[in-house]
Amino acid sequence: MSAPRAPAVALEGVGKRFGDGTTAVDALTEIALTVAAGEFVSLIGPSGCGKSTLLRIIANLIDPTEGSVSVNGKSARQARLDQDYGIAFQQAGLLEWRTVQANVELPLALHGVAREERRKQARELLELVGLSEFGAHRPSQLSGGLQQRVAIARALARRPALLLMDEPFGALDEMTRERMQSELIRICAETRAAVVFVTHSIPEAVFLSQRAVVMSPRPGRITDIIDVPPGTRDEDFREADPFYATITEVREALRGRTREGSP
Amino acid sequence: MRTGAVWSGRVFAGLWPPLLFGLGFLALWEAFVLLRDIEPFVLPKPSAIFEQLRANFDSILRAAWDTGRNALVGLALGLAAGLLAALLASRLRVLEELLTPLTAAAAAIPIVALTPILNTMFASTSSTPRRLIVMIYVFFPIFINTLKGLRQIDPVHSELMRSYAASPWTTTRIVRLPGALPYFFTGLKIASSGAVIAAIVSEYFGGLQQGLGPAITSAAAASAYPRAWAIVTAAIALGLIFYVAAVLAERLAMPWQRPQGELT
Repeated sequence: MSAPRAPAVALEGVGKRFGDGTTAVDALTEIALTVAAGEFVSLIGPSGCGKSTLLRIIANLIDPTEGSVSVNGKSARQARLDQDYGIAFQQAGLLEWRTVQANVELPLALHGVAREERRKQARELLELVGLSEFGAHRPSQLSGGLQQRVAIARALARRPALLLMDEPFGALDEMTRERMQSELIRICAETRAAVVFVTHSIPEAVFLSQRAVVMSPRPGRITDIIDVPPGTRDEDFREADPFYATITEVREALRGRTREGSP
Repeated sequence: MRTGAVWSGRVFAGLWPPLLFGLGFLALWEAFVLLRDIEPFVLPKPSAIFEQLRANFDSILRAAWDTGRNALVGLALGLAAGLLAALLASRLRVLEELLTPLTAAAAAIPIVALTPILNTMFASTSSTPRRLIVMIYVFFPIFINTLKGLRQIDPVHSELMRSYAASPWTTTRIVRLPGALPYFFTGLKIASSGAVIAAIVSEYFGGLQQGLGPAITSAAAASAYPRAWAIVTAAIALGLIFYVAAVLAERLAMPWQRPQGELT
């Protein structure tokens, strides 16, 4: 396509206040962020900085108190109704009474995709996440890592231009986690989806993203946006100097805010 | 299937301890009655009860069939009503506020007191009052448990369905109903053997002279105590059949809850 694609996410002056009166809490203030089509952006920050809230605002699962949100050039609500994004959470959240295959088919079925087509696409998705032979299994038969793969396949089912992920690897052990990160990089390269990825792991944010958005709490806001140097994301990258340098940079950005915020 | 074999093996492994205990208990009972020379109207021997069960098998079976049919029809009616009410109450808050106190009141109805009233409402040859009693008894545990199950939704599932722009009824069908099955079956297991008890109790207040209740009364009136005990045994067996059927239905309806080996 010659025309430039609309940004995957555009946030302007977004704020979220929970409650009202004297007990009101500012979860987010003055958030401005643009995620380009196909870009991988991480939201990183300590607990309570509003990163998950921000993700849910983009997903139109909660409404912002102020500001504007657009997803793929549409309103967040329209994007949700059109199923323009796929979403994955820390818990895989599979329906335990459905087979793995039926779980992946769910978003397709809800969008009225015909049975045969649904089957075919779900098989392709399972192949993409390396679970071809597990289609007939029940979720409870899979380990946490495998369940999370199913959840990612399900999030990708509608071939979304945007993938929203809320600490999807947070509950996995370190080894599984690194393997899943490499898998995600590969999958994103294949699907060319933009990703907004919430994490509280600095190495994870640096390894995965093109930009790491550093947030701080009370009130939740963006304090820094750090560019990660380009480079093929493989096991060598994990041991290269730019990786460590960027980790240090993100850590200092996070710490600077912490020192300022606490006595 | 290998997992199936392991599963049924486990069921049998779980079956023999209570079986052994039961047989031991019967043996002790028999010995106790024999050694202390207890009169049959106080406590008959298990062997005498068994003998009566054998001798009157046909008539006891017919009585159990009459009672069982009432229990089954009442159970089905109460089940349908309880499920429908729970479904509506889970979706419409107004209905929940209306229904919950009403069903609590329904649960507090003394069925013993209601039976004679219902009996006079219908013809004395009708089984309807008995079935209605069972239905009233069954309604509450089904309603309250199913509603609780429908209410419980994993926040992840709820956000997921919202992200799919699924309607509330779609969410109910795809997530809430299957998720409520364990709760529903808890209610059904309570209701199933309770339905038999309610059916028997309802037989004690006039009306038709068929079923296990009148059979026990007439045996006791004729001082045929071992026979009365034999009919009580049949009543217990009938209740157990209902309970086991509920357990089997639960297993069939939720194959994903069977113990399975985890793959990593």
